[in-house]
Amino acid sequence: MSIILDKVNFTYSPGNAYEKHAIRDISLKINDGQFIGIIGHTGSGKSTLIQHLNGLVRAQSGAIYYNGEDIYDRDYDMKKLRQKVGLVFQYPEHQLFETTIFKDVCFGPQNQGLEPKEAELRAFSALRTVGLPEKLWYQSPFELSGGQKRRVAIAGVLAMEPEVMILDEPTAGLDPRGRDEILEQLARMHRELKITIILVSHSMEDVANYVERLIVMNQGQVMLDGTPRQVFAYYRELEAVGLSAPQVTYLMHELRQKGLAVDADATTLEEAKASILRALKERR
Amino acid sequence: MLREITLGQYYPSDSVIHRLDPRVKLFGTLLYVISLFTFRNVVGFAIATVFLAAMIAISRVPFGFMVKGLRMIVIVLLITALFNLFLTPGKLVVEFWIFHITEEGIASAVKMAVRLIYLILGTSLMTLTTTPNQLTDGMEKALGFLRFLKVPVHEIAMMMSIALRFIPILVEETDKIMKAQIARGADFETGNIFKKAKAMVPLLVPLFISAFRRANDLALAMEARCYHGGEGRTKMKPLRYQKRDAAAYGVVIVYFALLIVVRIWL
Repeated sequence: MSIILDKVNFTYSPGNAYEKHAIRDISLKINDGQFIGIIGHTGSGKSTLIQHLNGLVRAQSGAIYYNGEDIYDRDYDMKKLRQKVGLVFQYPEHQLFETTIFKDVCFGPQNQGLEPKEAELRAFSALRTVGLPEKLWYQSPFELSGGQKRRVAIAGVLAMEPEVMILDEPTAGLDPRGRDEILEQLARMHRELKITIILVSHSMEDVANYVERLIVMNQGQVMLDGTPRQVFAYYRELEAVGLSAPQVTYLMHELRQKGLAVDADATTLEEAKASILRALKERR
Repeated sequence: MLREITLGQYYPSDSVIHRLDPRVKLFGTLLYVISLFTFRNVVGFAIATVFLAAMIAISRVPFGFMVKGLRMIVIVLLITALFNLFLTPGKLVVEFWIFHITEEGIASAVKMAVRLIYLILGTSLMTLTTTPNQLTDGMEKALGFLRFLKVPVHEIAMMMSIALRFIPILVEETDKIMKAQIARGADFETGNIFKKAKAMVPLLVPLFISAFRRANDLALAMEARCYHGGEGRTKMKPLRYQKRDAAAYGVVIVYFALLIVVRIWL
Protein backbone atom coordinates (compact mmCIF):
# COMPACT_ATOMS: atom_id res chain seq x y z
CA MET A 1 0.00 0.00 0.00
CA SER A 2 1.41 3.34 -0.96
CA ILE A 3 0.80 6.63 -2.69
CA ILE A 4 2.48 7.09 -6.03
CA LEU A 5 2.69 10.37 -7.93
CA ASP A 6 3.69 10.25 -11.56
CA LYS A 7 4.79 13.50 -13.24
CA VAL A 8 2.18 15.65 -11.57
CA ASN A 9 1.79 19.23 -12.79
CA PHE A 10 -0.43 21.98 -11.47
CA THR A 11 -0.85 25.62 -12.46
CA TYR A 12 -3.07 28.16 -10.72
CA SER A 13 -5.23 30.39 -12.96
CA PRO A 14 -3.76 29.16 -16.23
CA GLY A 15 -3.87 31.70 -19.02
CA ASN A 16 -4.13 35.00 -17.18
CA ALA A 17 -1.98 37.43 -15.23
CA TYR A 18 -2.34 35.47 -11.99
CA GLU A 19 -0.91 32.33 -13.58
CA LYS A 20 1.39 30.44 -11.25
CA HIS A 21 3.05 27.14 -12.00
CA ALA A 22 2.82 25.65 -8.50
CA ILE A 23 4.25 22.19 -9.02
CA ARG A 24 6.18 20.74 -11.94
CA ASP A 25 6.63 17.11 -12.93
CA ILE A 26 6.62 15.72 -9.43
CA SER A 27 7.12 11.99 -9.12
CA LEU A 28 7.15 10.45 -5.66
CA LYS A 29 6.44 7.23 -3.88
CA ILE A 30 5.18 7.39 -0.34
CA ASN A 31 5.38 4.05 1.44
CA ASP A 32 3.10 2.87 4.18
CA GLY A 33 3.93 3.69 7.76
CA GLN A 34 6.63 6.25 7.02
CA PHE A 35 7.06 9.46 8.96
CA ILE A 36 7.85 12.00 6.29
CA GLY A 37 8.71 15.68 6.41
CA ILE A 38 8.11 17.96 3.45
CA ILE A 39 10.19 21.09 3.66
CA GLY A 40 10.22 24.13 1.47
CA HIS A 41 10.17 27.87 1.40
CA THR A 42 6.88 29.79 1.19
CA GLY A 43 5.62 29.34 -2.36
CA SER A 44 7.69 26.25 -3.07
CA GLY A 45 4.52 24.30 -3.83
CA LYS A 46 4.41 22.11 -0.74
CA SER A 47 0.85 23.05 0.25
CA THR A 48 -0.35 22.51 -3.31
CA LEU A 49 1.40 19.16 -3.43
CA ILE A 50 -0.32 17.79 -0.33
CA GLN A 51 -3.73 18.92 -1.56
CA HIS A 52 -3.23 16.59 -4.50
CA LEU A 53 -2.77 13.62 -2.23
CA ASN A 54 -6.42 13.57 -1.14
CA GLY A 55 -7.87 14.87 -4.38
CA LEU A 56 -8.75 18.40 -3.23
CA VAL A 57 -6.80 19.81 -6.14
CA ARG A 58 -6.81 18.07 -9.48
CA ALA A 59 -3.56 17.89 -11.38
CA GLN A 60 -3.61 19.23 -14.94
CA SER A 61 -1.34 16.44 -16.05
CA GLY A 62 0.15 13.36 -14.45
CA ALA A 63 -1.36 10.58 -12.41
CA ILE A 64 -1.76 9.72 -8.75
CA TYR A 65 -2.27 6.19 -7.48
CA TYR A 66 -3.50 5.32 -4.03
CA ASN A 67 -2.96 1.65 -3.16
CA GLY A 68 -2.63 0.89 -6.82
CA GLU A 69 -5.82 2.64 -7.91
CA ASP A 70 -5.82 5.72 -10.12
CA ILE A 71 -7.63 8.42 -8.13
CA TYR A 72 -8.56 10.29 -11.32
CA ASP A 73 -10.58 7.31 -12.59
CA ARG A 74 -14.12 8.37 -13.27
CA ASP A 75 -15.68 5.93 -10.83
CA TYR A 76 -13.06 6.37 -8.11
CA ASP A 77 -14.69 7.22 -4.79
CA MET A 78 -13.12 10.55 -3.76
CA LYS A 79 -15.02 10.61 -0.49
CA LYS A 80 -13.43 7.34 0.50
CA LEU A 81 -9.99 8.69 -0.45
CA ARG A 82 -10.49 11.75 1.73
CA GLN A 83 -11.34 9.51 4.64
CA LYS A 84 -8.24 7.38 4.08
CA VAL A 85 -5.94 10.35 3.54
CA GLY A 86 -6.68 12.85 6.30
CA LEU A 87 -5.50 16.40 5.78
CA VAL A 88 -5.17 18.91 8.62
CA PHE A 89 -4.82 22.46 7.37
CA GLN A 90 -2.57 25.10 8.82
CA TYR A 91 -5.22 27.19 10.53
CA PRO A 92 -7.55 25.28 12.87
CA GLU A 93 -9.82 28.36 12.69
CA HIS A 94 -10.71 27.22 9.18
CA GLN A 95 -12.45 24.09 10.33
CA LEU A 96 -13.80 24.61 13.85
CA PHE A 97 -17.47 25.57 13.79
CA GLU A 98 -19.50 23.53 16.27
CA THR A 99 -20.78 24.67 19.64
CA THR A 100 -18.64 22.20 21.54
CA ILE A 101 -15.29 20.59 20.87
CA PHE A 102 -16.75 17.11 21.13
CA LYS A 103 -19.42 17.80 18.52
CA ASP A 104 -16.82 19.33 16.24
CA VAL A 105 -14.68 16.20 16.35
CA CYS A 106 -17.81 14.14 15.58
CA PHE A 107 -18.31 16.05 12.31
CA GLY A 108 -15.87 13.95 10.27
CA PRO A 109 -17.09 10.49 11.36
CA GLN A 110 -20.71 11.62 10.95
CA ASN A 111 -19.99 12.59 7.36
CA GLN A 112 -18.73 9.08 6.81
CA GLY A 113 -22.24 7.91 7.56
CA LEU A 114 -21.50 6.32 10.91
CA GLU A 115 -24.14 5.89 13.61
CA PRO A 116 -24.09 8.70 16.20
CA LYS A 117 -22.87 6.27 18.87
CA GLU A 118 -20.02 5.06 16.71
CA ALA A 119 -19.07 8.62 15.75
CA GLU A 120 -18.99 9.64 19.40
CA LEU A 121 -16.83 6.67 20.22
CA ARG A 122 -14.38 7.70 17.50
CA ALA A 123 -14.37 11.29 18.74
CA PHE A 124 -13.75 10.06 22.25
CA SER A 125 -10.68 8.05 21.35
CA ALA A 126 -9.37 10.74 18.98
CA LEU A 127 -9.55 13.42 21.67
CA ARG A 128 -7.84 11.00 24.07
CA THR A 129 -5.08 10.36 21.55
CA VAL A 130 -4.29 14.04 21.02
CA GLY A 131 -4.25 14.50 24.78
CA LEU A 132 -6.81 17.23 25.24
CA PRO A 133 -7.89 17.42 28.92
CA GLU A 134 -11.37 15.97 29.35
CA LYS A 135 -12.71 18.99 31.20
CA LEU A 136 -12.40 21.03 27.98
CA TRP A 137 -14.38 18.66 25.78
CA TYR A 138 -17.73 20.35 26.16
CA GLN A 139 -16.48 23.91 25.84
CA SER A 140 -16.67 26.04 22.73
CA PRO A 141 -13.67 25.42 20.47
CA PHE A 142 -13.24 29.18 20.11
CA GLU A 143 -12.21 29.61 23.73
CA LEU A 144 -9.12 27.44 23.41
CA SER A 145 -5.48 28.47 23.08
CA GLY A 146 -3.71 28.14 19.73
CA GLY A 147 -2.05 24.84 20.63
CA GLN A 148 -5.28 23.37 21.96
CA LYS A 149 -7.21 24.42 18.85
CA ARG A 150 -4.64 22.64 16.78
CA ARG A 151 -5.11 19.48 18.81
CA VAL A 152 -8.84 19.65 18.26
CA ALA A 153 -8.30 20.10 14.53
CA ILE A 154 -5.98 17.09 14.47
CA ALA A 155 -8.51 15.06 16.48
CA GLY A 156 -11.22 16.08 14.00
CA VAL A 157 -9.29 14.36 11.21
CA LEU A 158 -7.98 11.53 13.35
CA ALA A 159 -11.54 10.57 14.28
CA MET A 160 -12.08 9.55 10.66
CA GLU A 161 -9.41 6.88 11.24
CA PRO A 162 -7.24 7.71 8.23
CA GLU A 163 -4.41 5.49 7.00
CA VAL A 164 -2.35 8.52 6.01
CA MET A 165 -2.36 11.77 7.92
CA ILE A 166 -1.01 14.95 6.38
CA LEU A 167 -0.44 18.03 8.49
CA ASP A 168 0.25 21.45 6.98
CA GLU A 169 2.51 23.46 9.27
CA PRO A 170 1.06 22.04 12.48
CA THR A 171 3.50 24.01 14.59
CA ALA A 172 3.22 27.45 12.98
CA GLY A 173 2.55 30.19 15.49
CA LEU A 174 3.13 27.99 18.54
CA ASP A 175 5.69 28.66 21.26
CA PRO A 176 8.60 26.17 21.54
CA ARG A 177 6.84 24.18 24.23
CA GLY A 178 3.56 23.92 22.33
CA ARG A 179 5.55 22.96 19.24
CA ASP A 180 7.40 20.15 21.00
CA GLU A 181 4.19 18.86 22.54
CA ILE A 182 2.44 18.63 19.19
CA LEU A 183 5.42 16.97 17.53
CA GLU A 184 5.79 14.46 20.39
CA GLN A 185 2.10 13.72 20.06
CA LEU A 186 2.47 13.08 16.33
CA ALA A 187 5.47 10.82 16.88
CA ARG A 188 3.47 8.83 19.42
CA MET A 189 0.52 8.56 17.02
CA HIS A 190 2.88 7.29 14.35
CA ARG A 191 4.28 4.63 16.72
CA GLU A 192 1.03 3.51 18.26
CA LEU A 193 -1.50 3.79 15.45
CA LYS A 194 0.99 2.71 12.76
CA ILE A 195 -0.26 5.33 10.29
CA THR A 196 1.74 7.21 7.69
CA ILE A 197 2.37 10.78 8.75
CA ILE A 198 3.40 13.55 6.40
CA LEU A 199 4.50 16.71 8.09
CA VAL A 200 4.78 19.93 6.11
CA SER A 201 6.99 22.61 7.54
CA HIS A 202 9.38 25.36 6.63
CA SER A 203 11.54 24.75 9.65
CA MET A 204 14.26 22.11 9.49
CA GLU A 205 14.72 22.22 13.23
CA ASP A 206 11.16 21.05 13.73
CA VAL A 207 11.25 17.99 11.63
CA ALA A 208 14.85 16.81 11.87
CA ASN A 209 14.31 15.07 15.19
CA TYR A 210 11.20 13.21 14.21
CA VAL A 211 11.00 12.21 10.58
CA GLU A 212 12.67 9.29 8.88
CA ARG A 213 12.49 10.77 5.40
CA LEU A 214 12.79 14.37 4.24
CA ILE A 215 11.54 15.77 0.97
CA VAL A 216 12.84 19.23 0.14
CA MET A 217 10.79 21.27 -2.31
CA ASN A 218 12.02 24.23 -4.27
CA GLN A 219 10.16 26.16 -6.97
CA GLY A 220 7.58 23.44 -7.45
CA GLN A 221 10.07 20.61 -7.76
CA VAL A 222 11.58 18.02 -5.47
CA MET A 223 15.11 19.20 -4.79
CA LEU A 224 16.27 16.58 -2.28
CA ASP A 225 14.74 13.37 -0.99
CA GLY A 226 16.29 11.12 1.64
CA THR A 227 16.93 10.59 5.32
CA PRO A 228 17.59 13.76 7.33
CA ARG A 229 21.25 12.78 7.50
CA GLN A 230 21.54 12.55 3.73
CA VAL A 231 19.63 15.77 3.17
CA PHE A 232 21.52 17.88 5.67
CA ALA A 233 24.80 16.84 4.12
CA TYR A 234 23.76 19.28 1.39
CA TYR A 235 23.47 22.14 3.83
CA ARG A 236 25.20 24.59 1.51
CA GLU A 237 22.74 23.89 -1.29
CA LEU A 238 19.88 24.28 1.17
CA GLU A 239 21.18 27.68 2.16
CA ALA A 240 21.27 28.72 -1.47
CA VAL A 241 17.50 28.27 -1.71
CA GLY A 242 16.77 30.08 1.54
CA LEU A 243 16.52 27.08 3.82
CA SER A 244 18.96 26.15 6.53
CA ALA A 245 20.03 22.93 8.15
CA PRO A 246 19.51 22.57 11.91
CA GLN A 247 21.95 24.52 14.06
CA VAL A 248 23.48 21.23 15.19
CA THR A 249 24.70 20.57 11.66
CA TYR A 250 26.48 23.91 11.53
CA LEU A 251 28.04 23.34 14.93
CA MET A 252 29.32 19.92 13.96
CA HIS A 253 30.83 21.13 10.71
CA GLU A 254 32.48 23.98 12.56
CA LEU A 255 33.94 21.63 15.16
CA ARG A 256 35.25 19.35 12.46
CA GLN A 257 37.00 22.21 10.76
CA LYS A 258 38.62 23.17 14.05
CA GLY A 259 40.07 19.66 14.22
CA LEU A 260 37.70 17.76 16.48
CA ALA A 261 36.86 14.37 14.96
CA VAL A 262 33.09 14.53 15.35
CA ASP A 263 30.44 12.98 13.15
CA ALA A 264 29.41 15.90 10.97
CA ASP A 265 26.22 14.18 9.84
CA ALA A 266 24.59 14.18 13.25
CA THR A 267 21.14 15.73 12.94
CA THR A 268 19.68 15.66 16.43
CA LEU A 269 20.95 17.12 19.67
CA GLU A 270 21.28 13.67 21.22
CA GLU A 271 23.41 12.34 18.39
CA ALA A 272 25.54 15.43 18.45
CA LYS A 273 26.11 15.21 22.17
CA ALA A 274 27.14 11.57 21.96
CA SER A 275 29.46 12.27 19.06
CA ILE A 276 31.17 15.23 20.75
CA LEU A 277 31.69 13.33 23.98
CA ARG A 278 33.16 10.43 22.06
CA ALA A 279 35.49 12.69 20.14
CA LEU A 280 36.67 14.41 23.34
CA LYS A 281 37.32 11.07 25.01
CA GLU A 282 39.44 9.90 22.10
CA ARG A 283 41.43 13.08 22.23
CA ARG A 284 42.54 12.51 25.79
CA MET B 1 -12.71 26.45 -6.46
CA LEU B 2 -14.03 29.93 -5.92
CA ARG B 3 -11.38 31.77 -7.83
CA GLU B 4 -13.95 32.51 -10.53
CA ILE B 5 -15.41 35.43 -8.61
CA THR B 6 -14.03 38.50 -10.31
CA LEU B 7 -16.43 41.12 -9.00
CA GLY B 8 -14.46 44.08 -7.71
CA GLN B 9 -11.16 42.42 -8.45
CA TYR B 10 -8.15 44.18 -9.93
CA TYR B 11 -6.42 42.73 -12.96
CA PRO B 12 -2.80 43.88 -13.23
CA SER B 13 -1.78 44.92 -16.72
CA ASP B 14 -0.08 47.86 -18.36
CA SER B 15 -2.59 49.60 -20.59
CA VAL B 16 -3.72 53.16 -21.25
CA ILE B 17 -6.89 52.51 -19.30
CA HIS B 18 -4.94 51.25 -16.29
CA ARG B 19 -2.90 54.45 -16.26
CA LEU B 20 -5.84 56.84 -16.56
CA ASP B 21 -6.76 59.06 -13.65
CA PRO B 22 -9.40 57.21 -11.59
CA ARG B 23 -11.66 60.27 -11.77
CA VAL B 24 -11.84 59.93 -15.54
CA LYS B 25 -12.76 56.30 -15.19
CA LEU B 26 -15.42 57.04 -12.59
CA PHE B 27 -16.94 59.80 -14.69
CA GLY B 28 -16.69 57.69 -17.83
CA THR B 29 -18.38 54.74 -16.15
CA LEU B 30 -21.16 56.97 -14.88
CA LEU B 31 -21.81 58.40 -18.34
CA TYR B 32 -21.59 54.94 -19.83
CA VAL B 33 -24.18 53.58 -17.40
CA ILE B 34 -26.55 56.46 -18.16
CA SER B 35 -25.96 56.01 -21.88
CA LEU B 36 -27.05 52.38 -21.67
CA PHE B 37 -30.55 53.51 -20.78
CA THR B 38 -30.83 56.20 -23.43
CA PHE B 39 -30.84 54.17 -26.64
CA ARG B 40 -33.97 52.53 -27.96
CA ASN B 41 -32.90 51.27 -31.36
CA VAL B 42 -30.27 49.18 -33.08
CA VAL B 43 -28.02 52.12 -33.98
CA GLY B 44 -27.60 53.15 -30.35
CA PHE B 45 -27.04 49.56 -29.41
CA ALA B 46 -24.34 49.23 -32.06
CA ILE B 47 -22.55 52.37 -30.86
CA ALA B 48 -22.54 51.11 -27.26
CA THR B 49 -21.25 47.73 -28.41
CA VAL B 50 -18.41 49.27 -30.39
CA PHE B 51 -17.49 51.55 -27.50
CA LEU B 52 -17.48 48.72 -24.96
CA ALA B 53 -15.57 46.37 -27.26
CA ALA B 54 -12.97 49.06 -27.94
CA MET B 55 -12.50 49.77 -24.24
CA ILE B 56 -12.12 46.07 -23.41
CA ALA B 57 -9.61 45.67 -26.22
CA ILE B 58 -7.57 48.68 -25.08
CA SER B 59 -7.62 47.56 -21.45
CA ARG B 60 -5.84 44.27 -22.29
CA VAL B 61 -7.91 42.41 -19.73
CA PRO B 62 -8.65 38.98 -21.24
CA PHE B 63 -12.29 38.83 -22.27
CA GLY B 64 -12.71 35.39 -20.72
CA PHE B 65 -11.64 36.83 -17.39
CA MET B 66 -14.34 39.51 -17.60
CA VAL B 67 -17.08 37.13 -18.62
CA LYS B 68 -16.44 35.04 -15.52
CA GLY B 69 -17.86 37.91 -13.49
CA LEU B 70 -21.13 37.61 -15.41
CA ARG B 71 -21.80 34.18 -13.98
CA MET B 72 -22.79 35.72 -10.68
CA ILE B 73 -25.66 37.67 -12.16
CA VAL B 74 -27.14 34.96 -14.32
CA ILE B 75 -30.09 34.50 -11.97
CA VAL B 76 -30.86 38.22 -11.73
CA LEU B 77 -30.60 38.35 -15.49
CA LEU B 78 -33.00 35.45 -15.95
CA ILE B 79 -35.59 36.86 -13.57
CA THR B 80 -35.51 40.28 -15.21
CA ALA B 81 -35.76 38.82 -18.68
CA LEU B 82 -38.63 36.51 -17.71
CA PHE B 83 -40.61 39.29 -16.05
CA ASN B 84 -40.20 41.45 -19.11
CA LEU B 85 -41.07 38.57 -21.37
CA PHE B 86 -44.31 37.58 -19.71
CA LEU B 87 -45.62 40.78 -18.18
CA THR B 88 -45.40 43.27 -21.03
CA PRO B 89 -48.79 43.96 -22.63
CA GLY B 90 -48.98 44.29 -26.41
CA LYS B 91 -49.38 42.21 -29.57
CA LEU B 92 -49.72 38.50 -28.74
CA VAL B 93 -47.24 36.05 -30.22
CA VAL B 94 -47.66 32.91 -28.16
CA GLU B 95 -50.19 32.06 -25.49
CA PHE B 96 -50.40 29.02 -23.25
CA TRP B 97 -52.17 28.46 -19.92
CA ILE B 98 -51.69 31.75 -18.01
CA PHE B 99 -48.65 32.94 -19.94
CA HIS B 100 -48.80 35.50 -22.73
CA ILE B 101 -45.74 36.35 -24.77
CA THR B 102 -46.00 39.56 -26.75
CA GLU B 103 -43.79 41.15 -29.38
CA GLU B 104 -43.09 44.04 -27.07
CA GLY B 105 -42.29 41.58 -24.32
CA ILE B 106 -39.63 39.83 -26.39
CA ALA B 107 -38.12 43.14 -27.43
CA SER B 108 -37.92 44.51 -23.92
CA ALA B 109 -36.61 41.25 -22.48
CA VAL B 110 -33.75 41.22 -24.98
CA LYS B 111 -33.02 44.91 -24.42
CA MET B 112 -33.03 44.51 -20.67
CA ALA B 113 -30.73 41.48 -20.80
CA VAL B 114 -28.28 43.26 -23.09
CA ARG B 115 -28.32 46.36 -20.90
CA LEU B 116 -27.64 44.38 -17.76
CA ILE B 117 -24.79 42.46 -19.36
CA TYR B 118 -23.25 45.68 -20.70
CA LEU B 119 -23.74 47.31 -17.33
CA ILE B 120 -21.80 44.57 -15.54
CA LEU B 121 -19.09 44.38 -18.20
CA GLY B 122 -18.60 48.14 -18.23
CA THR B 123 -18.49 48.62 -14.49
CA SER B 124 -16.28 45.58 -13.93
CA LEU B 125 -13.92 47.01 -16.54
CA MET B 126 -13.49 49.97 -14.21
CA THR B 127 -12.75 47.85 -11.13
CA LEU B 128 -10.52 45.51 -13.12
CA THR B 129 -8.33 48.36 -14.30
CA THR B 130 -8.30 50.44 -11.12
CA THR B 131 -6.79 49.39 -7.82
CA PRO B 132 -9.06 49.88 -4.81
CA ASN B 133 -6.68 52.56 -3.56
CA GLN B 134 -6.91 54.57 -6.76
CA LEU B 135 -10.65 54.16 -6.80
CA THR B 136 -10.97 55.55 -3.31
CA ASP B 137 -8.66 58.45 -4.07
CA GLY B 138 -10.67 59.24 -7.17
CA MET B 139 -14.02 59.11 -5.39
CA GLU B 140 -12.77 61.17 -2.52
CA LYS B 141 -11.47 63.87 -4.80
CA ALA B 142 -14.37 63.84 -7.23
CA LEU B 143 -16.96 64.02 -4.47
CA GLY B 144 -14.94 66.39 -2.30
CA PHE B 145 -17.46 69.18 -2.80
CA LEU B 146 -19.99 67.22 -0.75
CA ARG B 147 -17.90 67.91 2.32
CA PHE B 148 -19.51 71.31 2.50
CA LEU B 149 -22.85 69.57 2.96
CA LYS B 150 -21.35 67.73 5.96
CA VAL B 151 -21.15 64.44 4.04
CA PRO B 152 -18.29 62.30 5.45
CA VAL B 153 -16.72 61.79 2.02
CA HIS B 154 -13.40 60.45 3.20
CA GLU B 155 -14.98 57.95 5.57
CA ILE B 156 -17.35 56.65 2.91
CA ALA B 157 -14.51 56.31 0.42
CA MET B 158 -12.39 54.50 3.00
CA MET B 159 -15.20 52.08 3.83
CA MET B 160 -15.70 51.36 0.17
CA SER B 161 -12.07 50.66 -0.52
CA ILE B 162 -11.82 48.39 2.51
CA ALA B 163 -14.90 46.50 1.36
CA LEU B 164 -13.43 46.09 -2.13
CA ARG B 165 -10.07 45.06 -0.74
CA PHE B 166 -11.70 42.40 1.40
CA ILE B 167 -13.57 40.66 -1.42
CA PRO B 168 -10.60 38.67 -2.74
CA ILE B 169 -9.36 37.99 0.79
CA LEU B 170 -12.67 36.54 1.89
CA VAL B 171 -13.02 34.58 -1.33
CA GLU B 172 -9.66 32.99 -0.69
CA GLU B 173 -10.62 32.33 2.90
CA THR B 174 -13.87 30.67 1.81
CA ASP B 175 -11.88 28.48 -0.54
CA LYS B 176 -9.59 27.36 2.27
CA ILE B 177 -12.46 26.69 4.67
CA MET B 178 -14.30 24.69 2.03
CA LYS B 179 -11.24 22.59 1.43
CA ALA B 180 -10.72 22.01 5.14
CA GLN B 181 -14.31 20.85 5.54
CA ILE B 182 -14.31 18.75 2.39
CA ALA B 183 -11.22 17.04 3.79
CA ARG B 184 -13.41 16.12 6.77
CA GLY B 185 -16.04 14.63 4.49
CA ALA B 186 -18.33 17.65 4.16
CA ASP B 187 -20.46 17.67 1.02
CA PHE B 188 -21.48 21.03 -0.46
CA GLU B 189 -22.79 19.78 -3.75
CA THR B 190 -25.36 17.03 -3.42
CA GLY B 191 -28.76 16.95 -1.69
CA ASN B 192 -31.87 19.09 -1.81
CA ILE B 193 -31.97 22.77 -0.95
CA PHE B 194 -32.47 22.22 2.79
CA LYS B 195 -29.61 19.78 2.96
CA LYS B 196 -27.44 22.22 1.04
CA ALA B 197 -28.38 25.09 3.33
CA LYS B 198 -27.51 22.97 6.33
CA ALA B 199 -24.21 22.01 4.73
CA MET B 200 -23.30 25.71 4.61
CA VAL B 201 -23.11 26.00 8.41
CA PRO B 202 -19.62 24.49 8.67
CA LEU B 203 -18.55 27.00 6.03
CA LEU B 204 -20.29 30.13 7.28
CA VAL B 205 -19.38 29.90 10.96
CA PRO B 206 -15.60 29.91 10.42
CA LEU B 207 -15.99 32.50 7.67
CA PHE B 208 -17.89 34.95 9.87
CA ILE B 209 -15.52 34.44 12.74
CA SER B 210 -12.54 35.08 10.53
CA ALA B 211 -14.17 38.14 8.94
CA PHE B 212 -14.83 39.67 12.35
CA ARG B 213 -11.32 38.84 13.48
CA ARG B 214 -9.84 40.47 10.39
CA ALA B 215 -12.00 43.57 10.80
CA ASN B 216 -10.88 43.82 14.40
CA ASP B 217 -7.22 43.45 13.50
CA LEU B 218 -7.52 46.03 10.75
CA ALA B 219 -9.19 48.55 13.05
CA LEU B 220 -6.46 48.02 15.61
CA ALA B 221 -3.72 48.39 13.01
CA MET B 222 -5.27 51.62 11.73
CA GLU B 223 -5.54 53.06 15.21
CA ALA B 224 -1.98 52.03 15.99
CA ARG B 225 -0.93 54.23 13.06
CA CYS B 226 -2.97 57.13 14.39
CA TYR B 227 -5.64 57.00 11.73
CA HIS B 228 -8.28 59.56 12.61
CA GLY B 229 -10.20 60.17 9.41
CA GLY B 230 -9.59 62.49 6.51
CA GLU B 231 -8.89 65.77 8.22
CA GLY B 232 -5.43 67.10 7.53
CA ARG B 233 -4.43 63.91 5.77
CA THR B 234 -2.07 64.31 2.83
CA LYS B 235 -1.43 61.90 -0.01
CA MET B 236 1.80 60.27 -1.08
CA LYS B 237 0.65 60.25 -4.68
CA PRO B 238 -1.79 63.13 -5.14
CA LEU B 239 -4.00 62.85 -8.23
CA ARG B 240 -3.04 65.14 -11.10
CA TYR B 241 -4.61 65.21 -14.55
CA GLN B 242 -2.35 64.34 -17.48
CA LYS B 243 -2.85 64.99 -21.16
CA ARG B 244 -4.22 61.50 -21.74
CA ASP B 245 -6.93 62.17 -19.15
CA ALA B 246 -8.20 65.14 -21.12
CA ALA B 247 -8.26 63.01 -24.25
CA ALA B 248 -10.18 60.30 -22.41
CA TYR B 249 -12.73 62.83 -21.20
CA GLY B 250 -13.13 63.87 -24.81
CA VAL B 251 -13.70 60.32 -26.02
CA VAL B 252 -16.32 59.64 -23.36
CA ILE B 253 -18.17 62.88 -24.02
CA VAL B 254 -18.18 62.34 -27.77
CA TYR B 255 -19.56 58.84 -27.23
CA PHE B 256 -22.30 60.16 -24.97
CA ALA B 257 -23.20 63.02 -27.30
CA LEU B 258 -23.41 60.58 -30.18
CA LEU B 259 -25.91 58.44 -28.32
CA ILE B 260 -28.00 61.49 -27.39
CA VAL B 261 -28.04 62.57 -31.02
CA VAL B 262 -29.11 59.09 -32.09
CA ARG B 263 -31.86 59.13 -29.52
CA ILE B 264 -33.24 62.47 -30.62
CA TRP B 265 -32.99 62.15 -34.40
CA LEU B 266 -33.31 58.47 -35.12
